[in-house]
Amino acid sequence: MDIVKGVLGRSRLAAAKGITAVENEYPEATGIMQALYPHTGRAYILGITGPPGAGKSTLTDKLAKEYRKRGKSVGIIAVDPTSPYSGGAILGDRIRMMDIAMDEGVFIRSMATRGSLGGLSQKTADAVKVLDAFGCDIIIIETVGVGQSEVDIVKTADTTMVVLVPGLGDDIQAIKAGILEIGDLFTINKADREGVEKLHIEIEMMLELSGSKGWRPPINRTVASESEGVLEVIDSIEAHAKYLKESNELKARRAESIKTELLAMIAERIRRHINKTVTETRDFEKTIVRLQQREIDPYSIADDILDKILK
Amino acid sequence: MANEKILEGLKAYNAAVEKTLAKSPERTNLEVNRLYTPLDIEGFDYETNLGFPGSYPFTRGVQPTMYRGRFWTMRMYAGFATAAESNKRYRLLLERGGSGLSCAFDLPTQIGYDSDDPIAEGEVGKVGVAIDSLEDMEVLFDQIPLGKVSTSMTINAPAAILLAMYIAVAEKQGVPASQLNGTIQNDILKEYSSRGTYIFPPAPSMRLITNIFEYCSQNVPRWNSISISGYHIREAGATAAQEIAFTIADGIAYVEAALKAGMDIDDFAGSLSFFWNAHNNVLEEVAKFRASRRVWSKLMKERFGAKKPKSQMLRVHTQTAGSMLTAQQPDNNVVRVALQTAAAVMGGTQSLHTNSKDEALALPSEASVTVALRTQQIVAEESGLADVVDPLGGSYYVEALTDKIEAECWDYIKKIDDLGGAPVAIEKGYIQREIQESAYKWQMQVEKGERVIVGVNKYVDKKEVPPKDLLRVDASVGEGQKKRLAALRAKRDNAAVDAALDALEEGAKDEKVNLMPLILTAVKAYATEGEICKRLRKVFGEYKAISTL
Amino acid sequence: MAEKRIRVLVAKPGLDGHDRGAKVVARALRDAGFEVIYTGIRLTPEQIVETALQEDVNVVALSLLSGAHNTLFPEVTKLLKAKGLNDVLVVGGGVIPDADIPGLKEAGIADIYTPGTPTSKIIEFIKGNVK
Repeated sequence: MDIVKGVLGRSRLAAAKGITAVENEYPEATGIMQALYPHTGRAYILGITGPPGAGKSTLTDKLAKEYRKRGKSVGIIAVDPTSPYSGGAILGDRIRMMDIAMDEGVFIRSMATRGSLGGLSQKTADAVKVLDAFGCDIIIIETVGVGQSEVDIVKTADTTMVVLVPGLGDDIQAIKAGILEIGDLFTINKADREGVEKLHIEIEMMLELSGSKGWRPPINRTVASESEGVLEVIDSIEAHAKYLKESNELKARRAESIKTELLAMIAERIRRHINKTVTETRDFEKTIVRLQQREIDPYSIADDILDKILK
Repeated sequence: MANEKILEGLKAYNAAVEKTLAKSPERTNLEVNRLYTPLDIEGFDYETNLGFPGSYPFTRGVQPTMYRGRFWTMRMYAGFATAAESNKRYRLLLERGGSGLSCAFDLPTQIGYDSDDPIAEGEVGKVGVAIDSLEDMEVLFDQIPLGKVSTSMTINAPAAILLAMYIAVAEKQGVPASQLNGTIQNDILKEYSSRGTYIFPPAPSMRLITNIFEYCSQNVPRWNSISISGYHIREAGATAAQEIAFTIADGIAYVEAALKAGMDIDDFAGSLSFFWNAHNNVLEEVAKFRASRRVWSKLMKERFGAKKPKSQMLRVHTQTAGSMLTAQQPDNNVVRVALQTAAAVMGGTQSLHTNSKDEALALPSEASVTVALRTQQIVAEESGLADVVDPLGGSYYVEALTDKIEAECWDYIKKIDDLGGAPVAIEKGYIQREIQESAYKWQMQVEKGERVIVGVNKYVDKKEVPPKDLLRVDASVGEGQKKRLAALRAKRDNAAVDAALDALEEGAKDEKVNLMPLILTAVKAYATEGEICKRLRKVFGEYKAISTL
Repeated sequence: MAEKRIRVLVAKPGLDGHDRGAKVVARALRDAGFEVIYTGIRLTPEQIVETALQEDVNVVALSLLSGAHNTLFPEVTKLLKAKGLNDVLVVGGGVIPDADIPGLKEAGIADIYTPGTPTSKIIEFIKGNVK
């Protein structure tokens, strides 16, 4: 199957296979991404993150429905953590989205973190590109906001939304720091619960402290399960998109994200190169033994090896 | 014997045991102590812990004489294929000495779809009888005197509709609603947590339930308007303590909803009934039944201020554990069911369904359902278990176990209260996760051989021949129902149907309206169950599950 | 290619809500290192197949206790083929009488699990037969 042709011809099967190729690092993945790259950059990318149980999937489902009503096609990438014990994962985000799964204009893909830190954001970024080339107008990346890797993933989005719920207490404290910087908008979901005002004030205070310049992240309230407040969230997303465009920040953001991606790619290639040319040699094994016996020191050796590679 | 003396004796006993253990060790994976003595029930006070049968805290049973007067109701759960075929089975069961009916409905009926809905494809008449309209209900109870039998209906999300149909059929038989005896399951919370046949979101579902409470207390006073069910929670994998704890937590939520709707506790509490599972571990089950009565009576008296004794009683229907039946060597299931029956009887159940040996393979055949009923009759008439009230009362082990299960139950109730009550705990996935955890633990114990299931992971028969004579539901049932529906829609007064449905839809929009009378009118006009639910879905929306894995 | 994982869709077609088995299997598969997509109860064969396509799964594991397996399982395999998903391994479990098994295998269900099947057997079969 010609995946590139398929993706550009809007074959859903090809899109699915393309993402798999990227995710599994198949040899043909690079070729696919090279061919698809010129066809990317058109979709608007929305990152959604927040603690477990905040209702991100439900909100994603409702947003997708609203975008569909407005004639936009939607891609969704839902990232869930891999179990550190078994390497397996249960990906359950789709359960909230089953009634849009049949919509021709929606493509949903679940991805497991697979324990790889840097690699994950690259793979997610590539999966986004596949859906971009496939023709999705809006691509939503949904991920649990618990670790740095998840933060890295949503950072590649044009607009990042942080979803919180009242009454989670400590969880919010724990992720507060990371969230502050990445949230372009905040949504308090399950806003029919007690503690909304308190949470709202807390977020306000955090924003005050961070002293945002230019864009002031709005705080919306939703009851996603009842579709309440969803339109307001979309208004805020659009307002942010408009702001990014008019302030030229979109260009700057995307340039930044391309730069980060390129540097990461180079770093990754260097890492692979080193693995191949350095660690898999017999000399390397010997070096380790000598280091262990304190015959040599690692600082000089590292410089030596680098000199050799750079030659 | 004073405790010091017992302690001394126990020390001597333990020393002797050490010697025995050196020669022959005990089995591993035993979850209970070796021996129970008065030391295990220290602080035991007969008056407060047990009291007398028929009075607070009802540990020993809800009636003073229990089965010495009348046996429990032998109520066999049945229903499959068409109303006509199920009617035949009901009459057979009554003729063979069954003392109550229990209706199983197929999944489209349970989830509010007509048999001709595309989503019902393949499901019509499979796990129960297909009921689309009053016309089917008339056939289902044909020649069965509704003024005399008591009928239990396993129906939840659309309970109001099926109850309305039952009332309408009775009326046609000349039996007024005030004389009807029976139960509707009507327990939506456990559908969200364990069983999955929900339709509407929690808020409108709770409204329908309180509408039924109110309607029944005024018009169908002898009817049990809810059967708060632990059965399915247990089947989903919960432990004995979890089964009663999560169910009682659901019960608290229903009581609170009714109180919030302005009802007086003593006006409806007496019509609340429960539904337990009778599992394999006989003594643990007996303790569970006893503990559950004690917990509920304390809650009703102390927390809700119920005054009538009937309001404080936990009356219970029981079913033997379907999930404990094995597809392997199915004859063994007869023995399992007999032991489970013994547990339910010693636990003091008010009614009982016994499963048939072939239910891990298919719906029960006529022959196997007869053996299941006979099992109850043998326990009742021959075993002597029904001759004494609470025969295990005072057993050190059973009393200690009753206390332990009760304590676990209170712990869970507190946790759930802290989360904001059962509906919130379910919404957060807490209850589902606790159940899943137990289910997974059980499965792994079985797979590692730490828990023996005869014929499955031990004493396996390699040359086993699959049983014959299984009941098969004819694939034509769905087609037949479709034709019946088409004929019904052609001959009924469709203007009257539309008017009734419009009125119902309007009523649904106003939270203060009791929907029971509107549903009754629609049912009598031969509006189908699917049509009624469609209107309610339009107003209420549909519930969507959360991922709890 | 170091990161390839077996992806399994655990799905419940039909209206039956008994998900104890499906959830236990999902967890056992996760603990065996598989990536499990769990989609909950009450799915149509169309939804299952579309999900299998988008998620590019290697295996679809169906669970059904209501007796509608003869209608719904073959519908899933038929639709998978129609969408060009020829490499997907389909297995099924539930209250399934022995008499129905040959017909289901004929319809493309690679293996059938009746009550009492250890999860390890399912895991072994998937590992040995996944394409």
